[in-house]
Amino acid sequence: MTIVIAGAAETDEVGRLPTHSTLQLHLEAARNALADAGMTKHDIDGIATVGTPGPIQIAHALGITPAWLDGTGVGGSSFLFHVRHAAAAIRAGMCRTVLITHGESGRSRIGAGRFGMAPDSLLGQFELPYGVVGPPTSFTITALRYMKETGLTHEQLAEVAVAQRRWAHMNPRAMYRDLITVDDVLASRMVAYPFHLLECCLVTDGGGALIVTTEELSRRSPVYLLGSGEAAESPMISQMEDFTTSKAFRLSGEAAFAEAKIGHEDVDHLMVYDAFAHVPIYGLEDLGFVGRGEAGAFIAEGHTSPGGRLPLNTNGGGLSYTHTGMYGMFAIQESVRQLRGEAAAQVPGVEVSVVLGNGGMFASAATLVLTNRLP
Amino acid sequence: MKPVPKPTPETQPFWDGTAAGELRIQRCQTCERHYFYPRPACPHCGSDQVEWVRASGRATLYSYVINHRPAPGFEDEAPYAIAVVELEEGVRMMTNLVGVPNTPDNLPLDMELRVVFEQRGDMHVPLFEPAGGTR
Repeated sequence: MTIVIAGAAETDEVGRLPTHSTLQLHLEAARNALADAGMTKHDIDGIATVGTPGPIQIAHALGITPAWLDGTGVGGSSFLFHVRHAAAAIRAGMCRTVLITHGESGRSRIGAGRFGMAPDSLLGQFELPYGVVGPPTSFTITALRYMKETGLTHEQLAEVAVAQRRWAHMNPRAMYRDLITVDDVLASRMVAYPFHLLECCLVTDGGGALIVTTEELSRRSPVYLLGSGEAAESPMISQMEDFTTSKAFRLSGEAAFAEAKIGHEDVDHLMVYDAFAHVPIYGLEDLGFVGRGEAGAFIAEGHTSPGGRLPLNTNGGGLSYTHTGMYGMFAIQESVRQLRGEAAAQVPGVEVSVVLGNGGMFASAATLVLTNRLP
Repeated sequence: MKPVPKPTPETQPFWDGTAAGELRIQRCQTCERHYFYPRPACPHCGSDQVEWVRASGRATLYSYVINHRPAPGFEDEAPYAIAVVELEEGVRMMTNLVGVPNTPDNLPLDMELRVVFEQRGDMHVPLFEPAGGTR
């Protein structure tokens, strides 16, 4: 049974959407994905989305009675998990066509949940007492150790933002499009040393949705799921085994490449979840595209930029395109666009695209291998 | 005011330790490895034959950031380091660094540290200060 992405779409706009509630973002994305697939709600018998508002509310709001639900909520990587889980459920005969939705009023906080951890939670006891203020002060904490162990320079870290802005420059939907230099990055406001503002992701509103089904039920030229993998490491970044490499990135990548039966030389396009500038560096190394300590130079030399041999984060990424909070949906959407030949910054001849999604602070990861032609 | 941790039954011995001026962590009696955060069984070998022991309080600086956007209660200290230290026993924990200017020049990775305790409401939170020298 061949599993495909038969529909994919984002909300009409991404960025600042104070007129949209969280639920509305989900529903708009869902309607757009159904239209993209040439389907209606009557074709959907499975629903997957993260905890808030959750699969029950999304299904009910759309008037769908699901035979299969998945509420896996493991951070921004969740939507990659949903694709993998949907594929398994369809193969098992539990459902036929699954709608996966994301909507997040990350910037405007309309109809959004509250932040905050109870003081008797794990983080409340062992991380929050030390003045942590969300991901910019915790996701980033691995970088100095990585820099000491590998020799990555501050300039090379800045190059990640510079490279991705080159892609965003070609994408009219990107929030930040002006080209920038290493000096611009290093001159931007310090958020949490060694991270400057331009090395941190945006905070935006938006959504996206996917329809996963079989090749037989797809009504348009599909994107095939060749392989997938999922993994988890630690609920607290302080307990990550090795601050210079993500176990979840490695394990999910190995599983996806093995199932897809592809090698790195087969990959034409890559999306690596980029909440902060060091994450694509870890992704390139942990997926095995470059050796340990080589990713900084690889990016600085332009290999991931337009015209480079491994186009990376071609929508501009979380650093320049959009980042609602759970960015993984947008990484998948860009891979689908590239494989369909519909991207704003289209790379010529993309046949195999890999998406690596991060969840939490290196807490979970999933990898998808997608293609527009079966081997 | 800075956040005050609230114990749960399985973490109470840790916080009883900090109140007594001791850094207590768990050690597996089967595989003889230490671990942190508090859990009822060893995450390495799975044994539930575990005990609480007093750590030496010696540690090295594993990694950190220097936060320029202070959390509530930290306004007077910004920019301040949020650090992860590695205890002599091999486990790591998040903390803050005191008794040293929180600037990159003063905080080389692997510098030697020792534990101190800061009263926070009714609780005592483990912080670390330079012990002198670098590993």
